[in-house]
Amino acid sequence: MGILTLTVLVPIIGALLLLLLPNEGGRRDGLIRWLALGVSLATFGVTLLMWSRFDPSLAGFQMVEQHPWIPVFGINYAVGIDGISMLLLVLTGFLTPIALLSSWESTKQHIKAFSIFVLLLEAAMVGVFISLDLFLFYVFWDAMLIPMYFLIGIWGYEQRIYAAVKFMLYTMAGSVLMLVAILGLGYLHSVATGSYTFDIRQLYGMAIASHTQYWFFLAFAVAFAIKVPLFPFHTWLPDAHVQAPTAGSIILAGVLLKMGTYGLMRFAFPLFPEAAAYFAPYIGLLAVIGIVYGALIAMVQPDMKKLVAYSSVSHLGVVVLGICAMNQQGLQGAVYQMLAHGVSTGGLFLIVGMLSDRRHTKLIAEYGGLRTVMPKLTAGFLLVTLASIGLPGMNGFVGEFLILVGAFKWDPRFVIAAATGVILSAVYMLWMIQRVFYGPVTNPKNASLPDLSPREWVALVPIVAMAVFMGLFPSVFLSPTEAAVRSLVERLQSVQSVTVEQTAPGLHR
Amino acid sequence: MTASSFDAIIPMACASIGALVIMLAEAFRGKGERMPFGILGLIALAASGFSIVALWGHNASGFGVLAADNFGLFVSALAVVAGAFTVAFGTQVVGRDDLPAAEFYALVLFGVAGMMMMAMATDLLVLFIGLEVMSLAVYVLTGLRRNVMASVEGAFKYFLLGGFASAFFLYGVAFTFGVTGSTHLDKVGQFLAAQSMADNPMVLLALGLLAVGFAFKISAVPFHMWTPDAYEGAPAVVTGFMSTGVKAAAFAGFMRVFLAAFEPFSADWAPLLQWLAVATMIVGTVVGVAQSNLKRMLAYSSIAHAGYLLVGMVAANQIGKAAILFYLATYVVTNLAAFGAIALLGTRERANDELGDYAGLWYSHPAVAGLLTVALLSLGGLPPTAGFIGKWYVFSAAVSAGYYGLAIIGMLTSVISVFFYMRVVVMMYMTERSSAVPPPVAAPGLVALAVAVAMIFYLGVLPTGLLDLAASSIGTIFERRVRRRLACAGRRPPVTSCDRPPSFFLQPHAARAPDPSRPACGRSLADAESRHDHRPDRAAPARPDCH
Repeated sequence: MGILTLTVLVPIIGALLLLLLPNEGGRRDGLIRWLALGVSLATFGVTLLMWSRFDPSLAGFQMVEQHPWIPVFGINYAVGIDGISMLLLVLTGFLTPIALLSSWESTKQHIKAFSIFVLLLEAAMVGVFISLDLFLFYVFWDAMLIPMYFLIGIWGYEQRIYAAVKFMLYTMAGSVLMLVAILGLGYLHSVATGSYTFDIRQLYGMAIASHTQYWFFLAFAVAFAIKVPLFPFHTWLPDAHVQAPTAGSIILAGVLLKMGTYGLMRFAFPLFPEAAAYFAPYIGLLAVIGIVYGALIAMVQPDMKKLVAYSSVSHLGVVVLGICAMNQQGLQGAVYQMLAHGVSTGGLFLIVGMLSDRRHTKLIAEYGGLRTVMPKLTAGFLLVTLASIGLPGMNGFVGEFLILVGAFKWDPRFVIAAATGVILSAVYMLWMIQRVFYGPVTNPKNASLPDLSPREWVALVPIVAMAVFMGLFPSVFLSPTEAAVRSLVERLQSVQSVTVEQTAPGLHR
Repeated sequence: MTASSFDAIIPMACASIGALVIMLAEAFRGKGERMPFGILGLIALAASGFSIVALWGHNASGFGVLAADNFGLFVSALAVVAGAFTVAFGTQVVGRDDLPAAEFYALVLFGVAGMMMMAMATDLLVLFIGLEVMSLAVYVLTGLRRNVMASVEGAFKYFLLGGFASAFFLYGVAFTFGVTGSTHLDKVGQFLAAQSMADNPMVLLALGLLAVGFAFKISAVPFHMWTPDAYEGAPAVVTGFMSTGVKAAAFAGFMRVFLAAFEPFSADWAPLLQWLAVATMIVGTVVGVAQSNLKRMLAYSSIAHAGYLLVGMVAANQIGKAAILFYLATYVVTNLAAFGAIALLGTRERANDELGDYAGLWYSHPAVAGLLTVALLSLGGLPPTAGFIGKWYVFSAAVSAGYYGLAIIGMLTSVISVFFYMRVVVMMYMTERSSAVPPPVAAPGLVALAVAVAMIFYLGVLPTGLLDLAASSIGTIFERRVRRRLACAGRRPPVTSCDRPPSFFLQPHAARAPDPSRPACGRSLADAESRHDHRPDRAAPARPDCH
């Protein structure tokens, strides 16, 4: 068994162990918490081991494992990683223990089920990033909805049921159309070669007629756009984020949203390069609208979680813009920004969760002057915020800068609009900080709040350290992606030049 | 009559003998004496199951009107599974609900025997007898709770409408006989393929009447009116039986008649079934959203599932035929698990089948709630459950036959259906309990439920075995016809354009001019025989003499 299979199996086995552990009346809640944390740390360890074995000079897939699964349809259990997916895997491993730590005290009921769902969610997320077979990918992609649905629906805040159902239906509605396109792809391959396959390595090489590409690309792109979420498909996100428990928000913002952008990079763009070249300006436009719109809406939110949620819409718009630029800087920046956003937004939700644990409210107006009461938490929040808004030297800067450079080479008009969004992000974040942490303590309930507990230190320090480390040593995270992104760019660019030559619509490649 | 004629009827004989033994035992039962009818029923069904396994691959033929080919055996096995789970759940609920025990088990066994007869029948009249044996057993089972008004009402509606449907079916048989001079499916098929019958209204009439009969039994819209009432009125354990076994048997007959005998007329019936499928999928899911009774909701869900199965019928290629069998298998275990859970939660006073009765179930019955959740997720078609593979298979058949529109409608309706399955999950996990907690569920019932759920996961994760079995079962009934058509294909005039099935749901580019650089509009030879050559190409002069 290879190391990639291990990254899926460890959390699944951990979840099954927890399932079999009797826990009448919550007697073993403590043990279960530690076990779950141990399993997630073990998974993180496996992902780090995988990174150490990763060869950054190779452009193709590494550590590939392949076993026949459903031979009738040519479906294989095929997993592998390249520079694009490898770091996202590490990010998943990094954030899951933090998510579990974040709910150590705030989640009091049904710890066993909670831990099981978090671990199953981790397994599904890892599976999405390592799948090389579209069938396998879809299984993980859809299976991931189930634990997330329960996490929001059982342990969320007041409107949790509405948010959970909305999250599930929205995502499914997008992904079923993708399923039809996947079936169509397999069928086209069987027509061309006589055998079904859903292996992307073979499908990459298949010539698909233009109009078919357009339809299939749209089906894939809508599924991923909902997940990202790209404006105007974003309306599920604020509900899901605000209602989810802290652990759910961290995973949702940190990893789940990246699946959308990852899907665009791994599937939608390289499978249908011609359609991608055709639709990229439109998607880029939506991304830019999302950047500005998300930032403007974030500015007026009275609820901290909602503010961070809308900031995610804005930040992910930047990532999509980088993907649409389809050049080395844009795509590498997009991967880097996915990681950076995962770390910093995960951190923001973590700290908002800490405040909400103490006061049971997320409204900005309820706070004020917390700096004098809890200076350590304030410092942590400030650092994470600066990382999020892209202060040079922190992780947010590198990604945004690369993306803007890449997008400028593509079309400067997008960059002008996107840059205003970047500025706006500083406005809404710093304004929130000012209202929550500075000024006098207006609400007497805030006067005696405890500062960071040891457990919260353990959860927060890795995030802050990572945010700084990524900013200071970006090459550690950029060099693994270089080769894979280069081959992706070559694939996309070669088609672009072909399309320019063939100006007549409807011609086949 | 050779010995092999008797071989073919062993499976249904086992079930029937079991039923007769139970009825005899009931006659000699002392007042207040308890007899192990459930065990007897399971033994009879196990014997049926063993004989099915033994007959597998032998292609036994019984008296010229029954064919124990792999196709028939596959569906018979599904009927046995449905019967076995019904008996197993029955041991838990028959005593509790004070149902007449002997009648319950005997009728289930007779129902299974009727289903097997339908699955194996190669003669329209034998098919009709099987249909009636099965239906009469199920009518009575529906009304088994004689003191409950809903039960009686449901049974009466089911019986009345079912009687009409049987009459339609019988008229269809009569017209078929009038046109072709035979009720034997092989002879009907040969006659229809050989003669140029395209303009004969009698054939179309026969086709329509038979379709109505089948559409009623599979509860396709607009012939579904009986379904919600009958499903709600019947005891939950019976509902599980009739929603699975009846549907499987009816689809078996449907396939034998339409995909084999009437295959030359597929250009006539495919559009009809296509609209039936669309209406069934949409009505089943949309109306299902509005239900507050779990059994009624699952009734509409079963209507929607009939629509998905019809998609496989419309696709009518090799993938589609195998997909129907596989989908039936996944649907049978899933629905049995769902109705089994409902049955186990009921009490004599209260059926506990309203949505509100499931509030907070996870807190009081974590095991049942968990198992029911898996069944609901499988019905919704979410991985890694059996339902997902079934949907994958059916819709890949639709896509490979060019019916992208059907696939998209099917997928979107399945999202709507997830909404109402999730309502139950919301109730179980995210709502506080308001009414009295149902009694605890005994271990044997839980074990049966767990077995069904284990099968759901098994088929969802390792479906290959059953997929291969389904694919090879299809070969046995269509093989002979395929061979004839392949021989015929050589003499057909070359296909000049991409003659996809006549459909409003065409793939967007199918209507455009074909690209000569692409291989023959997406047809391999193996696919060509199943999708194109059987369609009556009325412009092709070579057609009539090609047999």
